[in-house]
Amino acid sequence: MSGGAAVTAKGSGLAKPEMKRTREGFGHGLVDLGESRPNVVVLVGDLRESTNVSFFAERFPERFIEVGIAEQNMMCVAAGLAAVGKIPYLATYGAFASCRSADQMRVTVAYTDLPVKIGGAHGGISVGPDGATHQAMEEIAIVRSIPNMRMIVPCDYWETRKATVAVADDRHPCYIRFGREAVPVVTTPESPFTIGMANQLREGRDLAILACGVMVHEALVAAADLASRGIEARVLNVHTLKPIDRDAIVRAARECGAIVTAEEHQVHGGLGGAVAEVVVGTHPVPMEFVAVHDRFGQSGKPEELMAAFGIKAPDVVRAAEAALARKSAKR
Amino acid sequence: MPRLNMSLEELRERALYVRRDIIALLARAKSGHSGGPLSSADFGTALFFHEMNVNPEQLDDPTRDMWHFSIGHVTPVIYSLMGERGYFPLADLLGFRQLAGHLQGHPSRHDTPGIEVSSGSLGQGLSVSCGMALGSRLDGVSRRVYCIMGDGEQQEGQIWEAAMFAAHYRLDNLCGIIDYNRKQIDGDVEDVMGIAPLADKWRAFRWHVLEIDGHDVKQILAAFDEARRAKGKPTVILAHTVMGKGVSFMEDDFHWHGMPPNPEQAERAMRDLGTSLEEWTQRLESHTQAAVAPGRNGGR
Repeated sequence: MSGGAAVTAKGSGLAKPEMKRTREGFGHGLVDLGESRPNVVVLVGDLRESTNVSFFAERFPERFIEVGIAEQNMMCVAAGLAAVGKIPYLATYGAFASCRSADQMRVTVAYTDLPVKIGGAHGGISVGPDGATHQAMEEIAIVRSIPNMRMIVPCDYWETRKATVAVADDRHPCYIRFGREAVPVVTTPESPFTIGMANQLREGRDLAILACGVMVHEALVAAADLASRGIEARVLNVHTLKPIDRDAIVRAARECGAIVTAEEHQVHGGLGGAVAEVVVGTHPVPMEFVAVHDRFGQSGKPEELMAAFGIKAPDVVRAAEAALARKSAKR
Repeated sequence: MPRLNMSLEELRERALYVRRDIIALLARAKSGHSGGPLSSADFGTALFFHEMNVNPEQLDDPTRDMWHFSIGHVTPVIYSLMGERGYFPLADLLGFRQLAGHLQGHPSRHDTPGIEVSSGSLGQGLSVSCGMALGSRLDGVSRRVYCIMGDGEQQEGQIWEAAMFAAHYRLDNLCGIIDYNRKQIDGDVEDVMGIAPLADKWRAFRWHVLEIDGHDVKQILAAFDEARRAKGKPTVILAHTVMGKGVSFMEDDFHWHGMPPNPEQAERAMRDLGTSLEEWTQRLESHTQAAVAPGRNGGR
């Protein structure tokens, strides 16, 4: 198991995946809803192109509400629209949706438990050249600490599109996080998506890798590399951070005996924390966390930033090796 | 009976009842805000017993007008108005701020049926009301939306985001009311963080602005009428009021913003309001069925 950094995904189908933007999935999901749900309205804070809600705006201009650069107002206007029976989706960058309007999300939206759907674009270090201010990496921690909220981090275009449509039928407020760059497509139009149910993408019993967002692909690449050396990793796509799939996590702990979490988010309070809360309370096993370790992002190219911040497939492989070492030491 | 259209005389009497309710529930809770609830009692009563089409018997009545107190801390007046208007029995007022009751310190939709949207963090309510007004217009519903704000609350930036939004979308079904009692927790509004010239600010934000004596019921009703007639822009009513209005030792004293009266003070307050704490508490205790509470002539 030495080395391990040179990940090759030969023969796994992962080498040259189709690339597509998750934000387009949000935009297309909204158009799907525009046709099927007359009470869906969309609000945006001066970012209609970069959040891809322009797709909806072109088709349903009478249900599209430009709010301007006023995220706090947008969050509460959406609440008022929900109070009169609309299903409002709002879109802005995740850094603003989760932080600038956090109080509005907490008091007006979540305390009232109104079905406001928050589209947080530009999540993660992979936002790239815009740098730290625009690389949202705290949303999971913030949103999942607020009662009544749902938190979803889809892994690719298709899953973002499905999540966008699915949350319309949930009566609670919901935050969907998606990214800026084109990312590998790892699901299909037919793949199942149910809020709160993790999807197992690969079976294995040596350890389990639990990932969300773009890290699902990195987890699959890492698992292929581990498999080439005889280590079978289970890979779970934990797209719903809240309510989290406790059963799948407990099964992973029991059946695999070691867990690695992988997320494009701060290590504090994210997927790793959510999984650990379940694991330590049920079936404690060694865990390793692939995440951004308590630092702000910076400008750079998305791929090089992910490597520099330690959240590429080789980092997942290294974390897997560390978890496995602790697992065998325990025996 | 969605719209009560009470007379001026009946409204003045009902506002007096609301003030007595406020003192009684604060005295029982030993916690809560006195000043703002008393300053907003007159226009609040005019809204609930004359101006608004509300239907406590059918809370989801699709034709109802909507009201939202952006100043969530004035729950004593909100709950007193709701109780008097028949949303719940007046007896419930005595459970204010207590674990066993359904009346939270700040309004909560899931605890108190009839509250449309929870509030308590200042500055958010006008935005909520904008959403209600715009959504109603999208649906072709001719309801009006009333948003009650504080004067200190005008210091919140989000108020002005919402002011811009409402004018941009020409929300003439929206009416803001500012309880302009010139006091906030830390002192005089103009000393803490000046908001003057407030009417000019709202005019500059392209609103129809009215200024009235917020304790003169006739002026209040006239302002609501004019707001309804104003087309193409939202209306804001600057209701000039006195903090603690009706209770001599509370009037115009910012210390009463967030304080309840102690038992002796509550007794004195009730004497100012023409009753006694015991007598009025008994009235509340005896009203155990949700219905418009009776007035001097047996109610409606």
